Amino acid sequence: MKTLITATDLPPIKAPEIEYALLGPLFIIAGAAVLGVIIEAFWPRATRFWTQVVVAVVGIIAALADTVWVYTDLDKVDADLVARGKVAAEGALSVDGPGVFTWGILLVFGLLSMLLFAERRLEGGMSAFTGRAADAPGSASEAEAIKLRVEHTEVFPLALFALVGMMLFATSNDLLTMFVALEVLSLPLYLLCGLARRRRLLSQEAALKYFLLGAFSSVFFLYGIALAYGYAGSFELSAIDTAVSNRSGSENMLLASIALIAVGLLFKIGAAPFHTWTPDVYQGAPTPVTAFMAAGTKAAAFIALLRVFFVAFGGSQWDWRPMIVAIAIITMFLGAVVSISQTDVKRMLAYSSIAHAGFLLVGFVGAYAGVAGSDRVTSVSSTLFYLTVYGISSIGAFAIVTLVRDSGGETTHLSKWAGLGKKSPWLAGAFALFMLSFAGIPLTGGFIGKWGVFSAAYSGGFWWLVVIGVLVSALAAYFYVRVIVLMFFTDPVGDGPTVAVPSLLTTVVIIIAALGTVGLGIIPGPVLDLAQHAGAFVR
Amino acid sequence: MILTILAATPIAGALILALLPRETGSHLRAKTVALGVSLITLALSLVALAKFDPESGGYQLTSTHEWISAFGAHYAVGVNGIGITLVLLTTVLTPIVLLAAFGDRLPDPRSTNAYFAWMLAVEGLAIGAFSATDAFLFYVLFEATLIPLYFLIGTFGGPNRSYAAVKFLIYNLVGGLLMLAAIVGLYVVSSRQGEASYLLSDLQDLDYSQTTERLLFLGFMAAFAIKAPLFPLHTWLPDAAGQATPGTSVLMVSVVDKIGTFGMIIWCVGLFPEAADWASPVIIVLAVISIVYGALLAIGQDDIRRLIAFTSVSHFGFIILGIFAFTTTSMAGATLYMFNHGLSTAALFLVTGIMIARRGSARISDFGGVQKIAPILSGVLLIAGLSSLSLPGLAPFVSEFLVLAGTFTRSIPAAAVATLGIVLAALYILIMYQRTMTGPLKEGTEGVTDLEPREIAALTPAIVLIIGLGFFPQPMLNAISPAIDTVMSHVGSNGGKSDPAPKSPTIVDAPAEEEGGH
Repeated sequence: MKTLITATDLPPIKAPEIEYALLGPLFIIAGAAVLGVIIEAFWPRATRFWTQVVVAVVGIIAALADTVWVYTDLDKVDADLVARGKVAAEGALSVDGPGVFTWGILLVFGLLSMLLFAERRLEGGMSAFTGRAADAPGSASEAEAIKLRVEHTEVFPLALFALVGMMLFATSNDLLTMFVALEVLSLPLYLLCGLARRRRLLSQEAALKYFLLGAFSSVFFLYGIALAYGYAGSFELSAIDTAVSNRSGSENMLLASIALIAVGLLFKIGAAPFHTWTPDVYQGAPTPVTAFMAAGTKAAAFIALLRVFFVAFGGSQWDWRPMIVAIAIITMFLGAVVSISQTDVKRMLAYSSIAHAGFLLVGFVGAYAGVAGSDRVTSVSSTLFYLTVYGISSIGAFAIVTLVRDSGGETTHLSKWAGLGKKSPWLAGAFALFMLSFAGIPLTGGFIGKWGVFSAAYSGGFWWLVVIGVLVSALAAYFYVRVIVLMFFTDPVGDGPTVAVPSLLTTVVIIIAALGTVGLGIIPGPVLDLAQHAGAFVR
Repeated sequence: MILTILAATPIAGALILALLPRETGSHLRAKTVALGVSLITLALSLVALAKFDPESGGYQLTSTHEWISAFGAHYAVGVNGIGITLVLLTTVLTPIVLLAAFGDRLPDPRSTNAYFAWMLAVEGLAIGAFSATDAFLFYVLFEATLIPLYFLIGTFGGPNRSYAAVKFLIYNLVGGLLMLAAIVGLYVVSSRQGEASYLLSDLQDLDYSQTTERLLFLGFMAAFAIKAPLFPLHTWLPDAAGQATPGTSVLMVSVVDKIGTFGMIIWCVGLFPEAADWASPVIIVLAVISIVYGALLAIGQDDIRRLIAFTSVSHFGFIILGIFAFTTTSMAGATLYMFNHGLSTAALFLVTGIMIARRGSARISDFGGVQKIAPILSGVLLIAGLSSLSLPGLAPFVSEFLVLAGTFTRSIPAAAVATLGIVLAALYILIMYQRTMTGPLKEGTEGVTDLEPREIAALTPAIVLIIGLGFFPQPMLNAISPAIDTVMSHVGSNGGKSDPAPKSPTIVDAPAEEEGGH
């Protein structure tokens, strides 16, 4: 007869080793989000809004400070010529140069977005979010909620959860963590999209569409993960890399896995033909959420895309590069051409974001990793810089969208923007600046960003793709210029647009975004060196 | 240092104008500030000229600082004889343009500050582009000139201004972006051969494979051929010039378009001599087509502004022909032509602008007999027109002659057809002058009064220079020639062409000039 095994006979369970110091920014944001939930439950309603704002803003600033510390400290851990940083949390996360740089820009985007979230002057003392999301649009209880001036202050913890998801997504070192991070970042965003105070039906439709399509793409991603596991026997990116380099498993399984994972990630960055959600969601979501999503999701998902394809599938880049080249061309063209026919500012910005995803893919497909000892711009560093510039200009542009209003809230129809330059030259000038940056005109950050991704593609041997890229840029410039023509050279129709006077919060966001856009265009050196210094991904 | 101050002064002036509070009434303060700034810039450019040593063909007044180290981009400025000539053209023309623009009637009078601020911005950026010795810096400034010009055309032009502005921008942007691809390519080539650098001196030492060199050349050339306009890429110019105010047209055609031809010499020929030689037959043919086609279309125009635009297409044809004929004579002529064409076109645009504003119409058929009521105006128009048709004794004649003389040693057919352009030039100018100025006074033309003292003051310097340089071009040529010699010797030693041997019999025992290139 067997003897019973007692607890003392079991092998000791090793506690996971967590590098708390290295992962500080993640914990700070997650902690602030949890604190926000607790505040939601216990804090008196009268002062809850500003308490939430303070918790969110202080949390992000603290995390940002910690990120700077972690980044400067990276050199001490496993300093290497090409890759800086180390794999942490038992192989689940890789805290490396590109990852921590992405944390930094995500936190800056988060901070700017929180300031937009907290803007209450535009809606007569209320935030841009609906008072009671459960009410049917147009119902009596909605009217009552408006009368009672209730507000959803949960938006702040929700945004923080999304932020922590984005940060995790950018630094996941195995596919399973990546999937969890994807859901953590997506679920709060689905919810936030449906919370607009005005045009609630459109907002709810956007949320549902985003949710259904997002869930659909997650499933593709998950299936891809399963096939990758089948191929390599591991979720870890470095283990998959080893398997790919050895060509150990079935080729078909690997290719199917690459394709399916690509679908999931390309959906998140809004690349064609997986872009169809973008215009509807950008248009329907409350504008501060759109700003947050446009800047944050794109940055996080792009770095995750680079990480998976450069680290795990780097060995089979000759298999996936033709596919990505085709997608990059389709995405650029589609974004640029379709945006010409848009009549809604937010939809136009959505198609512009699709075009930018295409330009970013051009830099990505170069897959140029640099050579040791040379300081050449790589695919990773150019993408990081582009994402920084694009995010800042996007947030600025959407912040301006919140200010152009009529009696029904924001007036996003382009015809209503005619003559804005005559009415408020500074605001229209700032919007024109963001448009010029999107178009890649010199002396704006967008130009340096374009230069970077094109040089990465050129270094990777795709000079003809660069030529296509510049020609599409000219096409894209046409519709950015169209907006400038409308604002400055066209006479206003009827009364013309009204520009609401925002509180200090939105003003600060617009000023920071404008200064950032010009600054990154004239003296890009510091940020560029930082991106360059981030090095490659650790494995 | 002096070049930095020279470029920064107008930009600072533009910022001051943008921040000045708007005034009501005649906006005299903004106008005076703008004119003052442009005169200070002119004085500074004369200081730079005094420091410049015309004997040397190399770059002078240089200063270099690292700008974006990751790209190898530098803030590097310096001028050679070609650069200083065009900087002077810019600083001389801007006060003339600004003074003449005092009377411009703007669609929205409140925007006077912006009008003058944008003009000063064009001046500053153009000076920067003419003195940049770093390819990245040059590209940034070259492209940046689009923005002020775009707003100048789009905000202050005629009824069709918005269409003209967009057409102008898109055309130039397509060229500029193709050049961006070439700029990126330069970086890749340069970083493969060591430390990446965009400095002109470093780029000239690079080794290119034949295909790379040709592709990069085409990228640069696309931008410059659209800017300078070369047939068949010229169609934006008549639209833009037809809608813009006279001052804007002068800045666009006389100054900014010169960046295109300047770029052809310094960047296209300077960096890619072999490719320039390879492309020269096609470019020469296109230049000759530009000369004849531009002149023919100018004859057919009824809109005076479009007529001048087409004459410029024809003249730019001469400049480009001179550059790509690859002889010292024709290239020096082309450089001098850039300066002279700037002056004569400025005078033409400004004096016809005054006529058009007073008549309220730009159609030649609406004018007639103006000579009788506005003798000074018609006299100025005659001199400006005669300089445009290269009458001997006026400045453009010298440069046109040098271009043709140089081209004859290279290609007799090209030079022969180009000479037709001179005949046609006489037609388009004299027909225009005859229809507008002579004959009986046409009904409706009574409002065309003679030039006011301010307008005379603005136009006099241009006319004086046109006549003066017509008789005494030597100082200019002295400054230009050493720089051209340097460019030509670089071209000759890098696979391009050098001057052809003279065809006339030479003394037998003197060593014959070596047949160029290899």
